[in-house]
Amino acid sequence: MSIPGAEQLHDVRLHVNGSVHEVQVPARRLLSDALRHDCGLTGTHVGCEHGVCGACTILVDGRPVRSCLMLAVSAVDAEITTVEGLTEDDGSLSPVQQAFSDCHGLQCGFCTPGFLTTITAGLADNPDPSEEEAREMIAGNLCRCTGYQNIVKSVLRAAELGKGDE
Amino acid sequence: MKPAPFAYLRPATLEEALAALAGQQGAKVLAGGQSLVPLLSMRLAAPSMLVDINALPDLGHVTVSPGGAGDGAGEGVRIGALARHADVLASAEATASQPLLAMALSHVAHPTIRNRGTTVGSLVHADAAAEMPMVLRLLDGSVDVASVRGRRTIPAAELFAGPLESTLAHDEIAVEAFFPALGPGAGVAFQEIARRHGDYALVGVAAHVETAGGEVTRARVGFVSVSDVPVVVDVTDALDDPAGAALAELEPADDIHATAAYRAHLVKVLTPRVLADAIHHARQTTTQGRSA
Repeated sequence: MSIPGAEQLHDVRLHVNGSVHEVQVPARRLLSDALRHDCGLTGTHVGCEHGVCGACTILVDGRPVRSCLMLAVSAVDAEITTVEGLTEDDGSLSPVQQAFSDCHGLQCGFCTPGFLTTITAGLADNPDPSEEEAREMIAGNLCRCTGYQNIVKSVLRAAELGKGDE
Repeated sequence: MKPAPFAYLRPATLEEALAALAGQQGAKVLAGGQSLVPLLSMRLAAPSMLVDINALPDLGHVTVSPGGAGDGAGEGVRIGALARHADVLASAEATASQPLLAMALSHVAHPTIRNRGTTVGSLVHADAAAEMPMVLRLLDGSVDVASVRGRRTIPAAELFAGPLESTLAHDEIAVEAFFPALGPGAGVAFQEIARRHGDYALVGVAAHVETAGGEVTRARVGFVSVSDVPVVVDVTDALDDPAGAALAELEPADDIHATAAYRAHLVKVLTPRVLADAIHHARQTTTQGRSA
């Protein structure tokens, strides 16, 4: 069996969490894979790889996006935030991360990065959600431990923490 | 779950993009990619080249064009090829001009997908299980396409050829969609049943009615996920049994999520409900008057 010729590689400059990553990738490299394998940022988790589960959700220019449904070559002009970029500048947990810790918002933790990024952007849009709105905010993400009750509590707790309540 | 290899081009001008498409029979256009990338990953599609139009200028607009003199012809919402579903949903102007856009868009996948997916891309992807192709068909909208041979406008009635198949030629890019504004005395409504809100509909139904003096003068109903192409049924003469009239023209099919009988049942339940909503909407908007 003949081995196909080497695939063309593209030089791509990715802006991730305030840093620049110069990577060389084939055009078909999914952004989720580029973040994990080429940038070494393994916080972004890969679940279903066709946009259903939300585990790979990252922020692209501040808006939540499925990184498995974007190509790395298509992300050149974007400012990307992964779960690693959510912590505060001094290394302490962000309100959403703290709320997940407070409310037992994770069980196995696999879906957690997608929830953290989704909720971070959701609370930026709506800092004081009702429980109904909190459920709506996370409706595009699946937790296979089905830990939704505590994730909803975490959204509401994160909103409190964001307002400065202790 | 990884795409097969393909060549990739990210042109900076529309002319460059059109030239690339003209020279590559197997090329596909990449805009939002929310339907295309899964097809690539599952290797249901294997284009030789992707022409990524995300860097093209002046295609991100959502604008409302005023009507022409007299009859309001030409009034409606114009959506550029790079306008994301979320941009359309967030446009108060677009919602005021044609409320069915927002009613349907809130069912299009989840907010995260809508942040990237484009409305025009969804139209030319031509999925009969998707909301926006049916909405374009119901409203008699159109799509403007460009190629090296020039531009043309494809009316919605001529856009959908088959399952995931539009009538665009391989070298054409859809640059703009047009959704006509809601006319005086008209009303619209949308409902769908899905396993989880935002998932593909088991059945989705939209209605567009026109009224005069409180009486319905024209009523049409569109269906999602019950056929290979978006279907619209005129039920003006069947207002006492709109579902019966619709089912006479529909052939719901079985799939892994629902039987044909269950889909027919959903058509039976949703059609009169959505039609009543649209009639209510028409009377409400007529009473209140239009803001624009």
